[in-house]
Amino acid sequence: MISPNASTILSVKNLTANVDGTQILKGLNLEIKAGEIHAIMGPNGSGKSTFSKILAGHPAYEVTGGEINFMGQNLLELDPEDRSRSGIFLAFQYPLEIPGVTNRDFLRVSCNAKRKHEGLEELDPMDFDDVVYEKLELLKMDAEFLDRGVNEGFSGGEKKRNEILQMALLEPKLGVLDEIDSGLDIDALRVVSSGVNALSDSNNAMLLVTHYQRLLDYITPDFIHVMADGRILQTGTKELALKLEAEGYDWILEGAAV
Amino acid sequence: MSSEVMHEVNPTIGTERISAKIDRTHYLANLVKLRNADCPDWMKTARDQASAIVQEMAIPSARDEDWRFTDLSELVQTEFETVEQSAALGFEHIKAYMLPETVNSRLVFVDGVYAPDLSSIDDLPEGIFLGSLAQSHEFLPQVSDHFGKLPGGEEVFTALNTASVTDGALVWIPKNQSVEQPIHLLMIATGTANHLIQPRVLVIAESGSRSTILEDYVALGDRAYFVNSVAEIHIADNAKVIHSRVQRDSQSAFHIAKTAVSQARDSQYSGVAVHFGSALARHNWETYSQGEQTHSDMLGLSWIDSDRLADTHSLIAFSKPHCTANQVNKCIADDKAHAVFNGRICVPKLAQHTDAAQLSRNLLLSPKARIDTKPQLEIVADNVKCAHGATVSQLEDDAVFYLQSRGIDSDSARKLLTYAFATEIINNIPVESLRTRLQAQVRSANQV
Repeated sequence: MISPNASTILSVKNLTANVDGTQILKGLNLEIKAGEIHAIMGPNGSGKSTFSKILAGHPAYEVTGGEINFMGQNLLELDPEDRSRSGIFLAFQYPLEIPGVTNRDFLRVSCNAKRKHEGLEELDPMDFDDVVYEKLELLKMDAEFLDRGVNEGFSGGEKKRNEILQMALLEPKLGVLDEIDSGLDIDALRVVSSGVNALSDSNNAMLLVTHYQRLLDYITPDFIHVMADGRILQTGTKELALKLEAEGYDWILEGAAV
Repeated sequence: MSSEVMHEVNPTIGTERISAKIDRTHYLANLVKLRNADCPDWMKTARDQASAIVQEMAIPSARDEDWRFTDLSELVQTEFETVEQSAALGFEHIKAYMLPETVNSRLVFVDGVYAPDLSSIDDLPEGIFLGSLAQSHEFLPQVSDHFGKLPGGEEVFTALNTASVTDGALVWIPKNQSVEQPIHLLMIATGTANHLIQPRVLVIAESGSRSTILEDYVALGDRAYFVNSVAEIHIADNAKVIHSRVQRDSQSAFHIAKTAVSQARDSQYSGVAVHFGSALARHNWETYSQGEQTHSDMLGLSWIDSDRLADTHSLIAFSKPHCTANQVNKCIADDKAHAVFNGRICVPKLAQHTDAAQLSRNLLLSPKARIDTKPQLEIVADNVKCAHGATVSQLEDDAVFYLQSRGIDSDSARKLLTYAFATEIINNIPVESLRTRLQAQVRSANQV
């Protein structure tokens, strides 16, 4: 929801970045305010996923210029764990499997790292269970999930739900959802989307990175950005997504080339 | 360089070589001399035969292919002593190692000597024998048909153990008997002196039986004692033995062990071996499949740090068709530690339709740590499935990043991932209290 008085959560200015010496981002600008839902769309190789990983601080990506301001802090100075504790959450396109660590332990350690950072008391396993059971309902997940290894043998849909469960526990200021809809059947997409909608409020913001317009039928963005060749080429509202769905990306790419 | 100098140098090298060889032969002979004289009559033949073998041998050096990576020079520089009299321990000393699941199915040995006062076998179903091997012959004369009968008895440390045997643990599960409670063989080293301790275990699982056996090596003190243990496990047709071997010896100790398993037709062996202790640990873990349709699981974990060494040499020897085996061996080496895995699988011509998988996964936590891993597949049969793989790696950056992105700092993330790597093996220990304790121990050592 757009509000004129909302505070700025994320401000990206002229961001450039390399992977293995190849320039992927070529001057990206983006501003996200509290309460807003943004979607970044674009063809393969446009730099969408790179951008989301840079926000989370992935060490393989080298920022070569520009700035990222998150809630008044220079995000680029923070380690990945400090970004998370300050309120950035990246839902992974391909969540990693960690056999041997139960989902329950993982979620509790993660949740407590954030609480500690905020000066709150850490939750013991009993108290944590109360908190996590409530969130499980939101995502229609069985408690049995908690006793399995983190993402171990999870289906694609289960992995994505597990990502949103983590977001629900960590209550970030900015949720970056990288291809949260890829590989989901329609039922799983509904559950994941309604989870995201339930977690979205006037104090936080969401950034959806997606290939498909389909996701936007379930989560309505306030702004849609079309990204190509490491830049945002066009910004619009929901109607832009419909036009992309109907006409593809070519008209934007051609427009940019002129 | 003048020929004069050459003459002076060469004989010196020659003498050193000879003296090194003499040392290792003499050293071994001296270890035999440390044995206790009072051996029951029925064991004497096996003991004498083994003594004859040992007399011809020496402590192996790096020139022996089987000991290429495992240097025993620390061992041969250590002087060991006989356990004259077993320490008088009370329950208060061993409480930390007692398990609620085995309160009445526990056999305790202190520095290799049977401790009846600390043992309890009250809860076992009738017909099962759990007790002193030496005394068993009176009730079970057939025990001599099995003792010392498995292949590989001529291996130097196995022969040393047999040549020195006076007693041991006997587990005898009768036909079609299923034993619910795990049987705990608690091998305690007092660690108060550089003792030579030679435990012996004999498991006889008769046809159609099912049992869970836990062989557990622990230490109370931290001297450089030497455990040289041998376990023989005979699994008759259609029987199943679930075997866990936990080695938590003192970090100054030497631990050399043989586990030899024979499997008759349709039998199952499910083994887990974990090594946390010892300055030097070597486990020769051998399964001999002797009938059709046997299945063997062998899951191993060594986790060592400092400048310690842990070596697992395994053998899966098939001889009949339609048998399966699944082996996963994991090593974690930190600091300057050195882990070794040599996994040999033999599939002779007769063993058609064998299906065996071996995976060696290794984690290096420090740039100075070292891991040597070697699969050794000897396959003659032409219609078999044998998969093997080996990885040696550091922790995956993407996995560390995933945890960091959830607010967990990189140091804790690395520890959590290391713990996860190890606990995949520990999770297979079927005795819950021990499994939980080992996980907690690994966690606290790793500050997870």
